[in-house]
Amino acid sequence: MTDTIRCEAGDWVEVRYVLLEPADRSASLPADTAAQPLLVWVKGFARDAASGGDEVTVDTMTGRAVTGALTDVNPGYTHTFGRPAPELTHVGRDLRARLAGYRASKAGE
Amino acid sequence: MKRALGMDYAEFERSPITFDYEAMMDAHGYSLEDITRIQTKAGVGNTPLLELRNLTDLVRSYAEPGHGARIFVKDEAANMAGSFKDRRASVSIHAAKEKGYAGVIAATSGNYGAAVSSQAARASLMCIICQEAFDSRHVGQPEIIEKSRICEAFGAEVVQMTVGPELFSHMLELLDETGYFAASLYSSFGISGIETLGAEIAREMTALTGAAPTVVVVTHAGGGNTTGTARGLKGAGATSTQIVGASVDLSGLHMASDSDFNRKSFTTGHTGFGVPFATWPDRADVPRNAARALRYMDRYLTVSQGEVFYVTEAMAKLEGLERGPSGNTSMAAAMSLARDLPGDATVVVQETEYTGAGKHHWAQLNFARANGVEVRAGDPADNVPGKSIIIPQRPEQIRAKDSDIAKMRRSYIRNALQHAGEGYLPTDEDVAFLAADTNSTPETVEKTLAALKEA
Repeated sequence: MTDTIRCEAGDWVEVRYVLLEPADRSASLPADTAAQPLLVWVKGFARDAASGGDEVTVDTMTGRAVTGALTDVNPGYTHTFGRPAPELTHVGRDLRARLAGYRASKAGE
Repeated sequence: MKRALGMDYAEFERSPITFDYEAMMDAHGYSLEDITRIQTKAGVGNTPLLELRNLTDLVRSYAEPGHGARIFVKDEAANMAGSFKDRRASVSIHAAKEKGYAGVIAATSGNYGAAVSSQAARASLMCIICQEAFDSRHVGQPEIIEKSRICEAFGAEVVQMTVGPELFSHMLELLDETGYFAASLYSSFGISGIETLGAEIAREMTALTGAAPTVVVVTHAGGGNTTGTARGLKGAGATSTQIVGASVDLSGLHMASDSDFNRKSFTTGHTGFGVPFATWPDRADVPRNAARALRYMDRYLTVSQGEVFYVTEAMAKLEGLERGPSGNTSMAAAMSLARDLPGDATVVVQETEYTGAGKHHWAQLNFARANGVEVRAGDPADNVPGKSIIIPQRPEQIRAKDSDIAKMRRSYIRNALQHAGEGYLPTDEDVAFLAADTNSTPETVEKTLAALKEA
Protein backbone atom coordinates (compact mmCIF):
# COMPACT_ATOMS: atom_id res chain seq x y z
CA MET A 1 0.00 0.00 0.00
CA THR A 2 2.51 2.54 1.21
CA ASP A 3 4.60 2.35 -1.97
CA THR A 4 1.71 3.55 -4.11
CA ILE A 5 0.65 6.61 -2.14
CA ARG A 6 1.92 10.12 -2.67
CA CYS A 7 1.25 13.47 -1.04
CA GLU A 8 1.79 17.04 -2.12
CA ALA A 9 2.89 19.84 0.21
CA GLY A 10 -0.15 20.97 2.23
CA ASP A 11 -1.97 17.62 2.08
CA TRP A 12 -3.49 16.21 5.28
CA VAL A 13 -1.48 13.03 5.92
CA GLU A 14 -0.49 10.46 8.52
CA VAL A 15 3.11 9.67 9.45
CA ARG A 16 4.61 6.95 11.60
CA TYR A 17 7.80 6.98 13.63
CA VAL A 18 9.56 4.80 16.15
CA LEU A 19 9.43 6.42 19.58
CA LEU A 20 11.41 3.67 21.35
CA GLU A 21 13.38 0.77 19.96
CA PRO A 22 12.89 -2.52 21.85
CA ALA A 23 16.20 -2.01 23.71
CA ASP A 24 15.08 1.37 25.04
CA ARG A 25 11.68 0.30 26.31
CA SER A 26 10.43 0.19 29.90
CA ALA A 27 12.01 -2.60 31.95
CA SER A 28 8.84 -4.16 33.30
CA LEU A 29 7.07 -5.13 30.06
CA PRO A 30 5.75 -8.58 29.21
CA ALA A 31 8.02 -10.33 26.69
CA ASP A 32 5.68 -9.95 23.68
CA THR A 33 5.52 -6.17 24.14
CA ALA A 34 9.22 -5.80 25.00
CA ALA A 35 10.17 -7.38 21.66
CA GLN A 36 8.33 -4.67 19.72
CA PRO A 37 9.35 -1.05 19.10
CA LEU A 38 6.95 1.59 20.47
CA LEU A 39 5.37 3.14 17.36
CA VAL A 40 3.54 6.42 17.01
CA TRP A 41 1.14 7.66 14.30
CA VAL A 42 0.38 11.35 14.00
CA LYS A 43 -1.62 13.32 11.42
CA GLY A 44 -0.81 16.74 10.03
CA PHE A 45 -0.27 18.89 6.95
CA ALA A 46 2.73 17.73 4.91
CA ARG A 47 5.46 20.31 4.45
CA ASP A 48 6.73 18.65 1.27
CA ALA A 49 5.67 16.23 -1.40
CA ALA A 50 6.52 12.63 -0.48
CA SER A 51 5.84 9.03 -1.43
CA GLY A 52 4.66 6.25 0.89
CA GLY A 53 7.42 5.32 3.34
CA ASP A 54 9.43 8.52 2.73
CA GLU A 55 10.38 10.71 5.68
CA VAL A 56 8.25 13.81 5.71
CA THR A 57 7.64 16.55 8.25
CA VAL A 58 4.06 17.49 9.08
CA ASP A 59 2.53 20.41 10.99
CA THR A 60 -0.04 18.93 13.37
CA MET A 61 -3.34 20.49 14.48
CA THR A 62 -1.54 22.08 17.44
CA GLY A 63 1.26 23.40 15.23
CA ARG A 64 3.92 20.89 16.28
CA ALA A 65 6.40 19.76 13.64
CA VAL A 66 6.59 15.96 13.58
CA THR A 67 8.72 13.91 11.21
CA GLY A 68 7.94 10.34 10.25
CA ALA A 69 7.41 7.94 7.37
CA LEU A 70 4.38 8.74 5.22
CA THR A 71 1.72 6.06 5.84
CA ASP A 72 -1.52 7.58 4.54
CA VAL A 73 -2.87 10.56 2.63
CA ASN A 74 -6.21 12.06 3.64
CA PRO A 75 -6.56 9.31 6.27
CA GLY A 76 -10.10 8.30 7.17
CA TYR A 77 -12.04 5.87 9.32
CA THR A 78 -13.51 2.57 8.27
CA HIS A 79 -14.93 1.24 11.55
CA THR A 80 -18.55 0.20 11.26
CA PHE A 81 -21.46 -1.27 13.19
CA GLY A 82 -21.08 -4.45 11.18
CA ARG A 83 -23.60 -7.26 11.06
CA PRO A 84 -25.69 -8.12 14.11
CA ALA A 85 -24.50 -10.86 16.42
CA PRO A 86 -26.87 -13.82 15.90
CA GLU A 87 -26.67 -14.49 19.65
CA LEU A 88 -28.43 -11.16 20.25
CA THR A 89 -30.95 -10.73 17.43
CA HIS A 90 -33.74 -12.55 19.28
CA VAL A 91 -33.19 -10.79 22.63
CA GLY A 92 -35.58 -7.90 21.95
CA ARG A 93 -38.39 -10.12 20.72
CA ASP A 94 -38.04 -12.59 23.57
CA LEU A 95 -37.77 -10.03 26.36
CA ARG A 96 -40.73 -7.99 25.06
CA ALA A 97 -42.85 -11.16 25.03
CA ARG A 98 -41.69 -12.04 28.48
CA LEU A 99 -42.47 -8.60 29.84
CA ALA A 100 -45.94 -8.69 28.28
CA GLY A 101 -46.55 -12.12 29.85
CA TYR A 102 -45.45 -10.92 33.29
CA ARG A 103 -47.65 -7.82 33.12
CA ALA A 104 -50.65 -9.87 31.97
CA SER A 105 -50.16 -12.23 34.93
CA LYS A 106 -49.94 -9.28 37.36
CA ALA A 107 -53.09 -7.72 35.87
CA GLY A 108 -54.97 -10.91 36.65
CA GLU A 109 -53.96 -10.94 40.34
CA MET B 1 4.16 18.24 36.50
CA LYS B 2 4.11 21.22 38.87
CA ARG B 3 4.27 23.56 35.88
CA ALA B 4 1.81 21.46 33.90
CA LEU B 5 -0.86 21.51 36.63
CA GLY B 6 -0.10 24.75 38.41
CA MET B 7 -0.25 22.83 41.70
CA ASP B 8 2.46 21.74 44.13
CA TYR B 9 1.70 18.28 45.47
CA ALA B 10 4.58 18.46 47.98
CA GLU B 11 2.43 20.78 50.12
CA PHE B 12 0.11 17.92 51.01
CA GLU B 13 2.70 15.27 51.94
CA ARG B 14 2.79 14.45 55.65
CA SER B 15 4.92 11.29 55.72
CA PRO B 16 6.12 8.62 53.28
CA ILE B 17 2.61 7.15 53.58
CA THR B 18 0.27 9.94 54.60
CA PHE B 19 -0.88 12.96 52.62
CA ASP B 20 -3.67 15.42 53.32
CA TYR B 21 -6.29 14.22 50.84
CA GLU B 22 -9.00 16.74 51.68
CA ALA B 23 -6.54 19.65 51.55
CA MET B 24 -5.44 18.45 48.11
CA MET B 25 -9.08 18.20 46.96
CA ASP B 26 -9.77 21.74 48.20
CA ALA B 27 -6.59 23.29 46.81
CA HIS B 28 -8.08 24.24 43.44
CA GLY B 29 -10.33 26.65 45.32
CA TYR B 30 -13.56 25.78 43.46
CA SER B 31 -16.64 25.10 45.57
CA LEU B 32 -19.36 22.73 44.32
CA GLU B 33 -21.36 25.84 43.40
CA ASP B 34 -18.40 27.17 41.38
CA ILE B 35 -18.11 23.84 39.60
CA THR B 36 -21.83 23.72 38.84
CA ARG B 37 -21.54 27.21 37.36
CA ILE B 38 -18.48 26.25 35.30
CA GLN B 39 -20.28 23.16 34.00
CA THR B 40 -23.52 24.94 33.19
CA LYS B 41 -21.55 27.47 31.14
CA ALA B 42 -19.70 24.60 29.46
CA GLY B 43 -22.94 22.81 28.52
CA VAL B 44 -22.27 19.96 30.91
CA GLY B 45 -24.42 18.21 33.52
CA ASN B 46 -28.10 18.24 34.50
CA THR B 47 -28.63 15.08 32.47
CA PRO B 48 -31.96 13.22 32.63
CA LEU B 49 -32.52 10.71 35.43
CA LEU B 50 -34.71 8.00 33.94
CA GLU B 51 -36.65 5.25 35.65
CA LEU B 52 -36.35 2.00 33.69
CA ARG B 53 -39.78 0.50 34.34
CA ASN B 54 -39.54 -2.19 31.68
CA LEU B 55 -36.15 -3.43 32.83
CA THR B 56 -37.42 -3.35 36.44
CA ASP B 57 -40.47 -5.46 35.54
CA LEU B 58 -38.26 -7.84 33.57
CA VAL B 59 -36.17 -8.41 36.71
CA ARG B 60 -39.34 -8.78 38.81
CA SER B 61 -40.56 -11.48 36.39
CA TYR B 62 -37.85 -13.80 37.76
CA ALA B 63 -37.03 -12.32 41.18
CA GLU B 64 -38.40 -13.90 44.37
CA PRO B 65 -41.87 -12.54 45.25
CA GLY B 66 -41.65 -9.03 46.72
CA HIS B 67 -38.18 -8.56 45.26
CA GLY B 68 -36.91 -6.55 42.32
CA ALA B 69 -35.74 -3.04 43.13
CA ARG B 70 -36.67 -0.07 40.95
CA ILE B 71 -33.86 0.60 38.46
CA PHE B 72 -32.88 4.13 37.40
CA VAL B 73 -30.20 5.48 35.12
CA LYS B 74 -28.53 8.85 34.86
CA ASP B 75 -28.30 9.42 31.11
CA GLU B 76 -24.85 10.96 30.99
CA ALA B 77 -24.65 10.29 27.25
CA ALA B 78 -26.69 13.50 27.01
CA ASN B 79 -23.54 15.48 27.79
CA MET B 80 -21.95 17.30 24.85
CA ALA B 81 -19.24 14.79 24.05
CA GLY B 82 -21.39 11.85 25.10
CA SER B 83 -20.33 10.79 28.58
CA PHE B 84 -19.86 11.81 32.24
CA LYS B 85 -16.24 12.55 31.33
CA ASP B 86 -17.44 15.98 30.19
CA ARG B 87 -17.87 16.82 33.87
CA ARG B 88 -14.27 15.87 34.50
CA ALA B 89 -12.91 17.69 31.46
CA SER B 90 -14.91 20.88 31.98
CA VAL B 91 -13.19 21.71 35.28
CA SER B 92 -9.69 20.93 33.97
CA ILE B 93 -10.27 23.02 30.87
CA HIS B 94 -11.69 25.88 32.94
CA ALA B 95 -8.59 25.78 35.16
CA ALA B 96 -6.26 25.67 32.14
CA LYS B 97 -8.02 28.66 30.58
CA GLU B 98 -8.05 30.62 33.83
CA LYS B 99 -4.35 29.97 34.42
CA GLY B 100 -3.51 31.13 30.91
CA TYR B 101 -2.28 27.91 29.31
CA ALA B 102 -2.35 27.75 25.49
CA GLY B 103 -3.47 24.14 25.39
CA VAL B 104 -4.10 20.90 27.25
CA ILE B 105 -2.81 17.34 27.04
CA ALA B 106 -4.40 14.14 28.27
CA ALA B 107 -3.40 10.50 27.97
CA THR B 108 -6.51 8.40 27.44
CA SER B 109 -8.01 5.98 24.93
CA GLY B 110 -11.48 6.51 26.37
CA ASN B 111 -14.36 8.96 26.47
CA TYR B 112 -12.20 11.39 28.42
CA GLY B 113 -10.32 12.21 25.22
CA ALA B 114 -13.58 13.18 23.51
CA ALA B 115 -14.57 15.26 26.52
CA VAL B 116 -11.24 17.11 26.76
CA SER B 117 -11.20 17.69 22.97
CA SER B 118 -14.74 19.05 23.00
CA GLN B 119 -14.24 21.31 26.02
CA ALA B 120 -10.89 22.52 24.67
CA ALA B 121 -12.54 23.44 21.36
CA ARG B 122 -15.17 25.50 23.22
CA ALA B 123 -12.48 27.21 25.27
CA SER B 124 -10.31 27.91 22.18
CA LEU B 125 -7.45 25.87 23.63
CA MET B 126 -5.11 23.59 21.70
CA CYS B 127 -5.48 19.92 22.60
CA ILE B 128 -3.32 16.80 22.34
CA ILE B 129 -4.70 13.37 23.22
CA CYS B 130 -2.23 10.48 23.64
CA GLN B 131 -3.86 7.14 22.97
CA GLU B 132 -2.76 3.56 23.30
CA ALA B 133 -4.48 2.69 20.03
CA PHE B 134 -2.93 -0.25 18.22
CA ASP B 135 -1.11 -3.52 18.68
CA SER B 136 2.20 -3.87 16.84
CA ARG B 137 0.31 -5.06 13.71
CA HIS B 138 -1.47 -1.66 13.62
CA VAL B 139 -4.75 -3.34 14.55
CA GLY B 140 -6.95 -1.33 16.90
CA GLN B 141 -10.15 -2.00 18.81
CA PRO B 142 -13.06 -0.43 16.91
CA GLU B 143 -13.96 1.35 20.15
CA ILE B 144 -10.57 3.06 20.34
CA ILE B 145 -10.59 3.95 16.63
CA GLU B 146 -13.93 5.62 17.24
CA LYS B 147 -12.35 7.57 20.12
CA SER B 148 -9.55 8.70 17.80
CA ARG B 149 -12.17 9.83 15.33
CA ILE B 150 -14.23 11.84 17.77
CA CYS B 151 -11.16 13.56 19.25
CA GLU B 152 -10.07 14.55 15.75
CA ALA B 153 -13.63 15.64 14.97
CA PHE B 154 -13.28 18.15 17.83
CA GLY B 155 -9.96 19.38 16.43
CA ALA B 156 -7.54 17.60 18.76
CA GLU B 157 -4.15 16.29 17.70
CA VAL B 158 -4.28 12.59 18.42
CA VAL B 159 -0.99 10.82 19.10
CA GLN B 160 -1.74 7.16 18.45
CA MET B 161 0.68 4.67 19.94
CA THR B 162 1.22 0.95 20.21
CA VAL B 163 0.78 -0.86 23.51
CA GLY B 164 2.87 0.14 26.49
CA PRO B 165 2.96 2.21 29.68
CA GLU B 166 5.56 4.52 28.08
CA LEU B 167 2.52 6.43 26.83
CA PHE B 168 2.68 8.35 30.10
CA SER B 169 6.35 9.30 29.82
CA HIS B 170 5.67 10.45 26.27
CA MET B 171 2.84 12.60 27.59
CA LEU B 172 5.32 14.22 29.99
CA GLU B 173 7.69 14.88 27.08
CA LEU B 174 4.87 16.52 25.16
CA LEU B 175 4.00 18.64 28.22
CA ASP B 176 7.61 19.80 28.28
CA GLU B 177 7.65 20.48 24.56
CA THR B 178 4.40 22.46 24.49
CA GLY B 179 4.06 23.96 27.97
CA TYR B 180 0.40 22.88 27.92
CA PHE B 181 -1.76 22.07 30.96
CA ALA B 182 -1.90 18.43 32.10
CA ALA B 183 -5.61 17.61 31.95
CA SER B 184 -4.94 14.47 33.96
CA LEU B 185 -7.83 12.13 34.63
CA TYR B 186 -6.59 11.91 38.17
CA SER B 187 -6.16 15.53 39.22
CA SER B 188 -8.46 17.06 41.82
CA PHE B 189 -9.96 19.27 39.07
CA GLY B 190 -11.34 16.27 37.25
CA ILE B 191 -12.54 14.39 40.30
CA SER B 192 -14.29 17.42 41.75
CA GLY B 193 -16.04 17.76 38.40
CA ILE B 194 -17.78 14.41 38.97
CA GLU B 195 -19.11 15.43 42.40
CA THR B 196 -21.95 17.29 40.67
CA LEU B 197 -23.11 13.94 39.27
CA GLY B 198 -23.47 12.44 42.75
CA ALA B 199 -25.16 15.58 44.02
CA GLU B 200 -27.65 15.58 41.13
CA ILE B 201 -28.51 11.92 41.76
CA ALA B 202 -29.14 12.54 45.48
CA ARG B 203 -31.36 15.54 44.75
CA GLU B 204 -33.26 14.04 41.82
CA MET B 205 -33.87 10.68 43.50
CA THR B 206 -35.19 12.41 46.60
CA ALA B 207 -37.57 14.44 44.43
CA LEU B 208 -38.71 11.34 42.52
CA THR B 209 -38.92 8.71 45.24
CA GLY B 210 -38.80 10.65 48.51
CA ALA B 211 -35.44 9.21 49.51
CA ALA B 212 -31.80 8.95 48.51
CA PRO B 213 -31.06 5.81 46.46
CA THR B 214 -30.54 2.50 48.26
CA VAL B 215 -27.64 1.65 45.95
CA VAL B 216 -25.67 3.56 43.35
CA VAL B 217 -23.72 1.40 40.91
CA VAL B 218 -20.62 2.93 39.37
CA THR B 219 -18.58 1.49 36.54
CA HIS B 220 -15.14 1.35 38.08
CA ALA B 221 -11.84 1.66 36.22
CA GLY B 222 -9.28 4.22 37.38
CA GLY B 223 -11.41 5.15 40.38
CA GLY B 224 -12.45 8.69 39.45
CA ASN B 225 -16.03 7.82 38.67
CA THR B 226 -16.46 6.00 41.99
CA THR B 227 -14.67 8.68 44.00
CA GLY B 228 -16.36 11.71 42.49
CA THR B 229 -19.85 10.21 42.52
CA ALA B 230 -19.54 9.01 46.11
CA ARG B 231 -18.20 12.37 47.30
CA GLY B 232 -21.06 14.15 45.56
CA LEU B 233 -23.65 11.84 47.11
CA LYS B 234 -22.19 12.20 50.59
CA GLY B 235 -21.88 15.95 50.20
CA ALA B 236 -25.57 16.09 49.32
CA GLY B 237 -26.49 14.12 52.44
CA ALA B 238 -26.97 10.68 50.87
CA THR B 239 -24.72 9.08 53.49
CA SER B 240 -26.62 5.80 53.74
CA THR B 241 -26.51 5.06 50.01
CA GLN B 242 -24.42 1.99 49.29
CA ILE B 243 -21.69 2.60 46.71
CA VAL B 244 -21.12 -0.42 44.51
CA GLY B 245 -18.29 -0.51 41.98
CA ALA B 246 -18.73 -2.70 38.91
CA SER B 247 -16.15 -3.82 36.36
CA VAL B 248 -15.98 -6.27 33.51
CA ASP B 249 -13.94 -9.30 34.52
CA LEU B 250 -10.82 -9.37 32.35
CA SER B 251 -8.69 -11.20 34.88
CA GLY B 252 -5.76 -13.08 33.43
CA LEU B 253 -5.20 -10.63 30.57
CA HIS B 254 -2.03 -8.58 30.93
CA MET B 255 -2.80 -4.92 30.35
CA ALA B 256 0.63 -4.15 28.87
CA SER B 257 0.66 -7.19 26.59
CA ASP B 258 0.77 -6.56 22.86
CA SER B 259 -0.92 -9.87 22.08
CA ASP B 260 -3.61 -9.57 24.79
CA PHE B 261 -4.46 -6.03 23.71
CA ASN B 262 -7.03 -7.01 21.08
CA ARG B 263 -8.41 -9.98 22.98
CA LYS B 264 -10.36 -7.59 25.18
CA SER B 265 -13.72 -6.30 24.05
CA PHE B 266 -13.72 -3.59 26.69
CA THR B 267 -11.28 -0.74 26.71
CA THR B 268 -12.33 0.63 30.10
CA GLY B 269 -14.45 -0.26 33.10
CA HIS B 270 -12.64 -3.54 33.49
CA THR B 271 -10.62 -5.26 36.19
CA GLY B 272 -7.36 -4.53 34.35
CA PHE B 273 -7.73 -0.94 35.55
CA GLY B 274 -10.19 -1.45 38.39
CA VAL B 275 -8.06 -3.68 40.58
CA PRO B 276 -4.59 -2.10 40.19
CA PHE B 277 -5.93 1.45 40.53
CA ALA B 278 -7.97 0.58 43.63
CA THR B 279 -5.07 -1.21 45.29
CA TRP B 280 -2.50 1.43 44.31
CA PRO B 281 -4.09 4.69 43.12
CA ASP B 282 -0.80 6.60 43.03
CA ARG B 283 0.32 4.68 39.92
CA ALA B 284 -1.37 7.54 38.01
CA ASP B 285 0.15 10.37 35.98
CA VAL B 286 0.03 12.79 38.95
CA PRO B 287 2.04 12.45 42.18
CA ARG B 288 -1.08 11.83 44.25
CA ASN B 289 -4.21 10.47 42.63
CA ALA B 290 -7.42 12.29 43.59
CA ALA B 291 -9.32 9.13 42.61
CA ARG B 292 -9.22 6.77 45.58
CA ALA B 293 -11.88 4.13 45.04
CA LEU B 294 -11.30 2.08 48.20
CA ARG B 295 -12.15 5.13 50.30
CA TYR B 296 -15.67 5.06 48.93
CA MET B 297 -16.55 1.62 47.59
CA ASP B 298 -18.76 -0.57 49.81
CA ARG B 299 -18.82 -3.50 47.38
CA TYR B 300 -16.99 -4.37 44.16
CA LEU B 301 -18.80 -6.56 41.64
CA THR B 302 -17.59 -8.05 38.40
CA VAL B 303 -19.64 -9.04 35.37
CA SER B 304 -18.65 -10.80 32.16
CA GLN B 305 -18.40 -9.25 28.70
CA GLY B 306 -21.31 -11.34 27.39
CA GLU B 307 -23.59 -10.18 30.20
CA VAL B 308 -22.86 -6.53 29.37
CA PHE B 309 -23.55 -7.04 25.65
CA TYR B 310 -26.84 -8.79 26.47
CA VAL B 311 -27.89 -5.94 28.75
CA THR B 312 -26.87 -3.41 26.09
CA GLU B 313 -29.22 -5.11 23.65
CA ALA B 314 -31.99 -5.40 26.27
CA MET B 315 -31.75 -1.72 27.18
CA ALA B 316 -32.08 -0.67 23.56
CA LYS B 317 -35.04 -2.93 22.89
CA LEU B 318 -36.94 -2.45 26.16
CA GLU B 319 -36.09 1.10 27.12
CA GLY B 320 -35.27 2.83 23.82
CA LEU B 321 -31.80 3.64 25.13
CA GLU B 322 -29.02 2.68 22.76
CA ARG B 323 -25.90 3.33 24.77
CA GLY B 324 -22.24 2.28 24.91
CA PRO B 325 -20.74 -0.53 26.92
CA SER B 326 -19.19 1.37 29.81
CA GLY B 327 -22.32 2.39 31.70
CA ASN B 328 -23.94 -0.89 30.78
CA THR B 329 -21.33 -2.68 32.84
CA SER B 330 -23.04 -1.12 35.83
CA MET B 331 -26.43 -1.89 34.34
CA ALA B 332 -25.62 -5.61 34.24
CA ALA B 333 -24.53 -5.44 37.88
CA ALA B 334 -27.64 -3.38 38.73
CA MET B 335 -29.97 -6.02 37.26
CA SER B 336 -28.24 -8.62 39.40
CA LEU B 337 -28.45 -6.45 42.52
CA ALA B 338 -32.06 -5.40 41.92
CA ARG B 339 -33.12 -9.04 41.77
CA ASP B 340 -31.94 -9.59 45.34
CA LEU B 341 -33.32 -6.35 46.80
CA PRO B 342 -36.88 -5.72 47.99
CA GLY B 343 -39.29 -4.09 45.56
CA ASP B 344 -39.27 -0.77 47.39
CA ALA B 345 -35.47 -0.41 47.16
CA THR B 346 -33.89 1.71 44.42
CA VAL B 347 -30.80 1.09 42.32
CA VAL B 348 -29.26 3.89 40.29
CA VAL B 349 -26.81 3.32 37.47
CA GLN B 350 -24.99 6.63 37.47
CA GLU B 351 -23.92 6.90 33.85
CA THR B 352 -24.47 6.01 30.25
CA GLU B 353 -22.12 6.76 27.36
CA TYR B 354 -22.78 7.48 23.69
CA THR B 355 -22.56 4.66 21.22
CA GLY B 356 -22.03 4.51 17.47
CA ALA B 357 -19.93 2.69 14.90
CA GLY B 358 -16.99 1.08 16.66
CA LYS B 359 -18.39 1.53 20.17
CA HIS B 360 -21.46 -0.52 19.37
CA HIS B 361 -21.78 -4.06 20.76
CA TRP B 362 -22.14 -5.55 17.28
CA ALA B 363 -18.85 -3.99 16.20
CA GLN B 364 -17.16 -5.28 19.34
CA LEU B 365 -18.49 -8.81 18.95
CA ASN B 366 -17.47 -8.89 15.27
CA PHE B 367 -14.01 -7.68 16.23
CA ALA B 368 -13.74 -10.31 18.98
CA ARG B 369 -14.62 -13.06 16.51
CA ALA B 370 -12.11 -11.72 13.99
CA ASN B 371 -9.41 -11.85 16.67
CA GLY B 372 -9.99 -15.46 17.58
CA VAL B 373 -12.27 -14.99 20.60
CA GLU B 374 -15.11 -17.50 20.71
CA VAL B 375 -18.54 -15.83 20.81
CA ARG B 376 -21.49 -18.08 21.65
CA ALA B 377 -24.77 -18.27 23.50
CA GLY B 378 -24.66 -20.12 26.79
CA ASP B 379 -24.13 -19.66 30.50
CA PRO B 380 -22.01 -16.55 31.16
CA ALA B 381 -20.55 -18.32 34.19
CA ASP B 382 -18.45 -20.31 31.67
CA ASN B 383 -16.82 -17.13 30.30
CA VAL B 384 -13.01 -17.11 30.05
CA PRO B 385 -11.66 -13.55 29.52
CA GLY B 386 -9.70 -13.28 26.27
CA LYS B 387 -10.85 -16.71 25.09
CA SER B 388 -14.64 -16.60 25.06
CA ILE B 389 -17.59 -14.26 25.26
CA ILE B 390 -20.69 -16.09 26.39
CA ILE B 391 -23.95 -14.30 25.69
CA PRO B 392 -26.66 -15.24 28.21
CA GLN B 393 -29.72 -17.03 26.88
CA ARG B 394 -31.99 -15.73 29.64
CA PRO B 395 -31.82 -12.65 31.89
CA GLU B 396 -31.79 -14.91 34.98
CA GLN B 397 -28.25 -15.88 33.99
CA ILE B 398 -27.00 -12.36 34.70
CA ARG B 399 -25.21 -12.76 38.00
CA ALA B 400 -22.60 -10.28 39.17
CA LYS B 401 -19.81 -11.71 41.32
CA ASP B 402 -18.54 -10.12 44.53
CA SER B 403 -14.83 -9.36 44.58
CA ASP B 404 -12.98 -9.72 47.86
CA ILE B 405 -12.74 -6.09 48.91
CA ALA B 406 -10.97 -6.97 52.18
CA LYS B 407 -8.21 -8.55 50.11
CA MET B 408 -7.99 -5.39 48.00
CA ARG B 409 -7.63 -3.31 51.17
CA ARG B 410 -4.77 -5.54 52.36
CA SER B 411 -3.08 -5.26 49.02
CA TYR B 412 -3.40 -1.46 49.11
CA ILE B 413 -1.74 -1.37 52.54
CA ARG B 414 1.06 -3.65 51.31
CA ASN B 415 1.62 -1.34 48.33
CA ALA B 416 1.63 1.77 50.53
CA LEU B 417 4.22 0.18 52.80
CA GLN B 418 6.38 -0.85 49.86
CA HIS B 419 6.33 2.65 48.40
CA ALA B 420 7.25 4.17 51.76
CA GLY B 421 10.62 2.44 51.48
CA GLU B 422 12.37 -0.41 53.20
CA GLY B 423 12.30 -0.36 56.98
CA TYR B 424 9.79 2.48 57.26
CA LEU B 425 7.67 2.11 60.39
CA PRO B 426 4.13 3.47 60.04
CA THR B 427 3.12 6.02 62.68
CA ASP B 428 -0.32 6.38 64.32
CA GLU B 429 -1.03 9.11 61.79
CA ASP B 430 -0.21 6.66 58.96
CA VAL B 431 -2.52 4.05 60.44
CA ALA B 432 -5.36 6.58 60.62
CA PHE B 433 -4.65 7.62 57.01
CA LEU B 434 -4.61 4.02 55.76
CA ALA B 435 -7.88 3.33 57.57
CA ALA B 436 -9.51 6.34 55.89
CA ASP B 437 -7.99 5.51 52.52
CA THR B 438 -9.35 1.95 52.64
CA ASN B 439 -12.70 2.71 54.28
CA SER B 440 -11.80 0.44 57.19
CA THR B 441 -10.71 0.85 60.83
CA PRO B 442 -7.33 1.51 62.48
CA GLU B 443 -7.65 -1.95 64.12
CA THR B 444 -8.01 -3.64 60.72
CA VAL B 445 -5.02 -1.70 59.41
CA GLU B 446 -2.92 -2.66 62.48
CA LYS B 447 -3.82 -6.31 61.93
CA THR B 448 -2.81 -6.13 58.27
CA LEU B 449 0.45 -4.39 59.13
CA ALA B 450 1.24 -7.04 61.74
CA ALA B 451 0.53 -9.83 59.24
CA LEU B 452 2.74 -8.15 56.63
CA LYS B 453 5.54 -7.85 59.15
CA GLU B 454 5.39 -11.58 59.89
CA ALA B 455 5.28 -12.55 56.21
